Amino acid sequence: MGNVPTTVKQYLDCGTLVGDFPWSSWLLEEKKGPDVRSFPDFVKIVEVGPRDGLQNEKEMVPTEVKIQLIDMLSQTGLSVIEATSFVSSKWVAQMADHTEVLKGINKLPHVRYPVLTPNLQGFQTAVEAGATDVAVFGSASETFSKRNINCSIEESMQRFERVISAAKQAGIPVRGYVSCALGCPFEGAVQPTQVTKVVKRLLELGCYEVSLGDTTGVGTAGSMAAMLHAVTAEVPVHTLAVHCHDTYGQALANILTALQMGVSVVDSSVAGLGGCPYAKGASGNVSTEDVVYMLQGMGIETGVDLSKVIEAGEFICRALNRPTNSKVARATKA
Amino acid sequence: FNWVMCIQNHCIIYESTLVPAEVKIRLIDMLSEAGLPVVEATSFVSPKWVPQMADQEEVMRGIHRKNGVNYPVLTPNLKGYRAAVNAGAKEVAIFGAASELFSKKNINCSVEESLQRFEEVMTAAKQDGIPVRGYVSCVLGCPYEGKVSAAKVAEVAKRLYSMGCYEISLGDTIGVGTPGGMIEMLEAVKKEVPVQALAVHCHDTYGQALANILVALQNGVSVVDSSVSGLGGCPYAQGASGNVATEDVVYMLHGLGIHTGVDLHKLMDAGSYICRSLNRRTSSKVAQAACKL
Repeated sequence: MGNVPTTVKQYLDCGTLVGDFPWSSWLLEEKKGPDVRSFPDFVKIVEVGPRDGLQNEKEMVPTEVKIQLIDMLSQTGLSVIEATSFVSSKWVAQMADHTEVLKGINKLPHVRYPVLTPNLQGFQTAVEAGATDVAVFGSASETFSKRNINCSIEESMQRFERVISAAKQAGIPVRGYVSCALGCPFEGAVQPTQVTKVVKRLLELGCYEVSLGDTTGVGTAGSMAAMLHAVTAEVPVHTLAVHCHDTYGQALANILTALQMGVSVVDSSVAGLGGCPYAKGASGNVSTEDVVYMLQGMGIETGVDLSKVIEAGEFICRALNRPTNSKVARATKA
Repeated sequence: FNWVMCIQNHCIIYESTLVPAEVKIRLIDMLSEAGLPVVEATSFVSPKWVPQMADQEEVMRGIHRKNGVNYPVLTPNLKGYRAAVNAGAKEVAIFGAASELFSKKNINCSVEESLQRFEEVMTAAKQDGIPVRGYVSCVLGCPYEGKVSAAKVAEVAKRLYSMGCYEISLGDTIGVGTPGGMIEMLEAVKKEVPVQALAVHCHDTYGQALANILVALQNGVSVVDSSVSGLGGCPYAQGASGNVATEDVVYMLHGLGIHTGVDLHKLMDAGSYICRSLNRRTSSKVAQAACKL
């Protein structure tokens, strides 16, 4: 403790010290930053366009269009396509046709089609509609949790416990999401320790994977590294995924940082569907095309056929009558 | 890395709307105020080739030179160099290519011939005590040749450096590069040119720019070229974007705790000014997000 200030020496344990003075962690811990040369050989892409993407599009999309989009995506080599959300249509009108969509899609044997199930009722409806994978959506920010799903983080965990326990009985795997992992539109900065707490809870409850979401895209390579450093100190990195929004153009750099820190599951949305509900006119999800382009260029396997994803993106953009958010799609068309 | 220099490229050259000299001058002055240490002011190419740059002298004389800020100008040959110096330029830049086909199509001569032309500029610049920056284009891919070998990039960079260029900016001209290719290319170039003398000039045509810049920083590069609002489309891909936006780069660097000396708000002001003048939307995502429409 040679060059640690005297005022700090009065603390007997590091935990209290770091708790009271968060800045002191850099004095005490050896920070493991991104490993510049190390990248995974394979990255699993979780396509969230049909759910997270469409959910945030203003235009109402007809059921047949949703079904066709998912069917096109199934042909691209993607192994996970989030199909829809079993939330009340009162809250999310775009997802009101969840049952029809899930029943209408052509489910390929090597592809999984998870659906969001915010509560037990949603879960039961999903199972009746044929769901074989579900997801629950928590938050690292109390304010966001209250504003977004009308309850505290703790209450949401209790709701999820009921879903996960029913899912276990039905042999249905559950994926967890943690939003606001790099910042909250209401609270501002979010402590990595807080993210860690929520991730651990979801894993303990029984989620097989937790996707860390930069909900408003404010994160940078710096905050991504700091957050992952904290989370991976307590949970195995293979249970983590990153869900980066490109609102500030930082998504690919953030994803790259996550890969360097051992993450090998990346969420993205075809054509970058889904604006950001917290910043009018700003973009939201990172485009699958741009992510796949990067990974391919780096020699990282994804199993995905980029040209087919671009086609699916073109299809949905025509249907939505909006330009793509994917730079790769735009450049390729040019 | 804890300090990175952001070089502002003046890529109004690729904007289709002709912009009056006063607007260019005002933009450059705003960028100086925003804290950028280097602002590329104009280009002394023949206006026959690049009509946007016909007012080169007017711009050079009109800008308010801030103390400590450099205003390099492009000088493709001796004639352009002399005109630049006459107009008051204190720093110039020359533009080589790592691809033979690109060199022929872009400046009508082979890479070797272009390097010989530059020798003339270098000799004159040395005599006048004027520093010269070298650019190498197509370092991660060429619109005509496709793949470009890292060895070729290193060769051209080495030539420019040994000729006397104080810095070599490595340009991913069509934005096709990805982090793997960037690392490989930098490793080859670093064997011939010290990393402190290297800069990266990434285009965002395929959305890869920030990821490429990040790995460049991780590999020792500390000078980054960018363009306010991401001005300048890609002439090889209609409708595709070109330069990476300075606002987005600065946002990332600040998020990494890196000091740049740039005031992001003033930078965004400069960005909205030029976009209004050009009557076009910004290409910067940070600017889009910050703008409450």
